[in-house]
Amino acid sequence: MFDTLLQNLINAMQWGSFYSLIALGYTLVYGVLLLINFAHGDIVMVGSYIAFFVATLFLGHYDLFPVALPGPLVLALTVPLTMILTALVGVTLERIAYRPLRRKGAHRLYVVITALMCGLILENGNLALLGASRKKFPELVDKVIYTAGGVSVTNLKIAVILTAVLVFVGLHLIVTKTRMGMAMRAISYDKFAVPLMGIPIDTVIVFTFVLGSSMAGLAGILFALSYPILDPYMGLSIGWKAFIAAVVGGIGDIRGAFAGGFILGFVEIMVVAFFPSTYRDLFAFTILLIILTLRPTGLFGVPKTTKV
Amino acid sequence: MPTTRIPPRQRLTLPLLLAALLAGIMALAYFEVIDLYIQTIILFIGINIIISSSLNLVNGHMGEFSCGHAGFVAVGAYVSSVITVALFTSDRVFGPPLLPPQLAPLGFPLALLAGGAAAAVAGLLVALPSFRTRGDYLAIITIAANYIIITTVINIDTIGGARGFMGMKRVIFAMEEVAEIPWMVLWVFTFTILSLIAIRRFVSSTYGKGIIAIQQDEVAAEMMGVNTNRIKLVAFMLSSGLAGIAGGLYAHVIGYVNPKSFDILKSTEAMVMVYLGGMGSISGAVLSAILFTLLLEALRPLQIIKWIVIPLLLIILMQFRPEGIMGNRELTDIFPRLKKLHRFK
Repeated sequence: MFDTLLQNLINAMQWGSFYSLIALGYTLVYGVLLLINFAHGDIVMVGSYIAFFVATLFLGHYDLFPVALPGPLVLALTVPLTMILTALVGVTLERIAYRPLRRKGAHRLYVVITALMCGLILENGNLALLGASRKKFPELVDKVIYTAGGVSVTNLKIAVILTAVLVFVGLHLIVTKTRMGMAMRAISYDKFAVPLMGIPIDTVIVFTFVLGSSMAGLAGILFALSYPILDPYMGLSIGWKAFIAAVVGGIGDIRGAFAGGFILGFVEIMVVAFFPSTYRDLFAFTILLIILTLRPTGLFGVPKTTKV
Repeated sequence: MPTTRIPPRQRLTLPLLLAALLAGIMALAYFEVIDLYIQTIILFIGINIIISSSLNLVNGHMGEFSCGHAGFVAVGAYVSSVITVALFTSDRVFGPPLLPPQLAPLGFPLALLAGGAAAAVAGLLVALPSFRTRGDYLAIITIAANYIIITTVINIDTIGGARGFMGMKRVIFAMEEVAEIPWMVLWVFTFTILSLIAIRRFVSSTYGKGIIAIQQDEVAAEMMGVNTNRIKLVAFMLSSGLAGIAGGLYAHVIGYVNPKSFDILKSTEAMVMVYLGGMGSISGAVLSAILFTLLLEALRPLQIIKWIVIPLLLIILMQFRPEGIMGNRELTDIFPRLKKLHRFK
C-alpha cells in the first residue's frame, strides 16, 4: 500500500512537471502583458514536432543529413535547437498577431480570441501539412529503471522532474535578480509609465515570449520523450489544463504556476489511482473549483484592493 | 410619464415581418422547395443566434469572460432530450412512452423550457463563485464548469455516457404524426425570437441596466445601490438558461448528442461569434451568428483547410476592426430609420 502510494507520488511528480513547465510559460506572458496566451498549449505541440524533425534529421532519416549520430548526442543537439526554433514560433505569433492589436489598444479579450485562433491555425495547419498519421518519436536514450523496494523510477522521470525544478529556479532568478526581470515586473506594474522611463517595452515583451516559448519547446521535447506518439491535438487539453493550473496557483506569479502544476498533476494521478479513469477530470476540476471559490485569487495571488 | 401612443404601423411592422418570414420558411420547407440541408442550415442559424446572444449577455453586456458556454448548452440538450424521449417515445432504456405521443407538440416546448431551467441551475456553478471572483479567475471557473459538466455526462451510463444519446428523431416523428408540418422550423424560430426579446427587454430595463453598470465599474455600481450579486446571479442564470434552450433545440435538430460535441471547441465557437459581432451588441450577435454559420457551411468543401481559413479570416478581421462588426452599437444606431419599425418597450 505504501509502495503504491509512493509510486503514484512519483508519477504525479512527473505529470505535474509537465503542467508546471507549461504553466510557467502561461504565467510569464500573463504576468507581463495580462494576456492569456491560449496558443501556448499548441506551441508545446509545435515544440514536440520540431523536436521530432530535428531528432530524426540527426538520426539520418533524411538525405539532407545522411550520417546517423549516436542517441545522446542527438538529444544534446535537439534540446537547444528545438528551444530556439520554438521560441521563434512564439515570437512570430507575437509580431504578427498580438503586437498590432496592442498598438491599436484593442480590448484585451480580442487579443485572447486572436490567441485562440492562432492555436487553431497551428493545430489544423499541422494536420493539413503532415496528414493525420501519427508520428512516433524515436527513442534517443536507453531507458534505465532504478528499483528501490517496490518503487521503480526511470531515468527519464528523474530528468523531467529535475528539469521542471531547474527551470523554475532559473526563471525565478531571472525575474527577481536581473535587469530584464526588473523591466518585466515594471511593465506588469504600470505599462504606461515604463516607456517614459526609457525601457524598451517591445524588447522586453519579445524577451518574455522567447522565455515562455522556449520553455514550451522544452516541455514539448520532454513530453515527446515520455509519451512518444505525437498528434496535432496533443497540446489542446494539456494546454487548457496547464492554464487552469497557473490560475489556481495565482496567475502572473511564478511560484504559483509551479505549485499549481504539481497540485493538478497530483490530483489527476491520485484520482486515477483510486477511481475509474473517466472520473479524472470531474474530480480534478471540482477540487480546483473549490480552491478558487475559497481563495478567489489563487494560492499565491495577492487580492487586489480597488480604490475608488 | 404619459405613454405616447404608437401608431399601429410602427407597432405591428416587426411582428408582421417576422410572422411572414416564419410562414415563408415553413411553406418553403413544407412544399420541399428547400431541401433538408438548407433547412438544417437555417435551423443552425437560429440556434447559433440564441447561443451567441445569450453569451453576449455575460461576455458583452456584463464584461465578464465566460469561456464555458457549451457546458450549459450540453445540460439543456441532455435534459430536454431525456424528457422528450422518456415521455413520448418507446426507448430501450426508458421503456414505453409515459404519455400518449399525441401530446408531443404540447410537451416539446415544455421539455425545452425544462432543459433551459436545468441549465440555469447549472449556471449557479459559475454564478455563485462570481460573487467573489472576477476577471480571469472567473474565466477559469467557467472552463472548469464546462469540463465538470461534460465529464459528469460521460460518467452517467443511463444516458449513454461517452457513446452519446439518441432517439430524438422519434420525438419529431411523433409530432409529425399529429400534424405534418416542419415542426423544428417553428420551434427554433419561435424560441430564437423569444430569447432575443427576453435579452433585449432585460438589458434595456431599469433593472437590467445594472449589468452595464457592472461592466463599467462594479464598485461604483454597488455604491449607487445596484445589488451586484443579485444582478450577476440573474444574468448568469438567464444566459445559461437560454443556452440550455438552444441545446435542446440543437439536440432535436441533430437527433443525436455526444458529450464531445460540447467541449471547449464549441465554447470557442460561441466566443468567436460574440467577439466577431461586437461586445454588448444584440444585433451584432445576431449578425455574426448568421455570418459565422454561413461561413462554416460555405467552407465545408475545404475540409481540414476550413479550420485554417476561418481563424485566419478572424485574425485579419481583428487587425482591421478590433471591436468586431458592430462594436457596442446596435443596428438601429447605424440606421436610425429602422427604429420606426419596432418598439420593444
